[in-house]
Amino acid sequence: MSINKVYSDPAKALEGVKDGMTLMLGGFGLCGIPEVAISVLKDMGVKELTCISNNAGVDDFGLGLLLQTHQIKKMMSSYVGENKTFEKQFLEGSLEVDLIPQGTLAERIRAGGAGIPGFYTATGVGTQIAEGKDTKIFEGRTYLLETALKADFSFVKAWKADPYGNLIFKKTAANFNPMMAKAGKITVAEVEEIVELGELDPDQVHVPGIYVQRLFKGQFEKRIEQKTFQEKNS
Amino acid sequence: MMGWNRNQMAERIAKEIQNGFAVNLGIGMPTLVSNYIPEDKQIMLQSENGLLGMGAFPAEKDMDADLINAGKQTVTAVAGSSFFSSAESFAMIRGQHVDLTVLGAMEIAQNGDIANWMIPGKMVKGMGGAMDLVASAKRVIVMMGHTSKSGSSKLLKKCSLPLTGVNCVNQVITNLAYLDVTPQGFKVLELAPEVSFEDVQKHTEADVYQ
Repeated sequence: MSINKVYSDPAKALEGVKDGMTLMLGGFGLCGIPEVAISVLKDMGVKELTCISNNAGVDDFGLGLLLQTHQIKKMMSSYVGENKTFEKQFLEGSLEVDLIPQGTLAERIRAGGAGIPGFYTATGVGTQIAEGKDTKIFEGRTYLLETALKADFSFVKAWKADPYGNLIFKKTAANFNPMMAKAGKITVAEVEEIVELGELDPDQVHVPGIYVQRLFKGQFEKRIEQKTFQEKNS
Repeated sequence: MMGWNRNQMAERIAKEIQNGFAVNLGIGMPTLVSNYIPEDKQIMLQSENGLLGMGAFPAEKDMDADLINAGKQTVTAVAGSSFFSSAESFAMIRGQHVDLTVLGAMEIAQNGDIANWMIPGKMVKGMGGAMDLVASAKRVIVMMGHTSKSGSSKLLKKCSLPLTGVNCVNQVITNLAYLDVTPQGFKVLELAPEVSFEDVQKHTEADVYQ
């Protein structure tokens, strides 16, 4: 018997997501975001979601789509600019926001997946971020205690997978996806290509399949947030 | 009083970059520094979204949605570059493997405190990676205008805005001067063309000396 985590229907792969759950969604800006899961979540209409994601998308793409439909109660992010819907809901008070330094966010997620309940970091010492947090001095320097983050569901986007859920990412589309894949009770990976077992070189696997419970092949728009290029010969 | 423009400031910072350095350039003005890295020096630009070895902007036909920098712009990767996760990226930063961080600021205090992420009463967009970058960097150079739009000094005895990090800035380059953060205040290391020490003093609220 072979292990097969592949779903042909993305909607089936998201079964079990309920109102009030905490979700992790990979991506940096619009790069490497789980586009398909976001669109399924929109169709499902689940509400009161806490979304852990480095950014909140733009108004009409990425997590901006779930903000438009008021499905998100709280965002945990490092940077939430470039989104008018976000700004409006935040100023109205209908959206809670927990701003977390990017490296601390990444490490809290990593810790969550690695079974480490907390860690000390110099990031944020002496700033608003430190308020109410335990501190400890190591070698004469003050560090803050930061706690791990976990999610009911993690939605990640990878380049390639095999049916066991081994994942390979492409270029800078990895970003938060590898850690989030490990910090979800159920991790759903959407990928551009699913290859046969044995086709991925084990030396090149970024996330071992043990962390991934469900996966499907998606179609991706891959929108570019800031198209920047140089004219030839300039 | 003439001073440096932003390109000249970038050119001056580029002189601080040594062969073999890994450098993180903040979004905005600091990215100009990459235009002035001498050909005889090989450096790796670190972009905190997961790229060490960032190259120039691509040709229009080569833009790749999967290859961006921390400013979300399409970029290229140089020979010898590597891609990695955000956790790995900040391990590199926190672990002091990045040699130099250049970033902008709204205020700098003479003890090295920096404020660059929020203005009370205005929409807060988030600190992104700035707090991590300043807290643990080997060396931080701030690049900013010497005064605000209203003409007030951005080099202060004590920051008035919420802090991004404490005691973390090593040097500051402004349109007027290149300054070192020392226990006695800001020490002028170099004056911009046709700028006198008195000009710098006049526009600096913090203690400044040469």
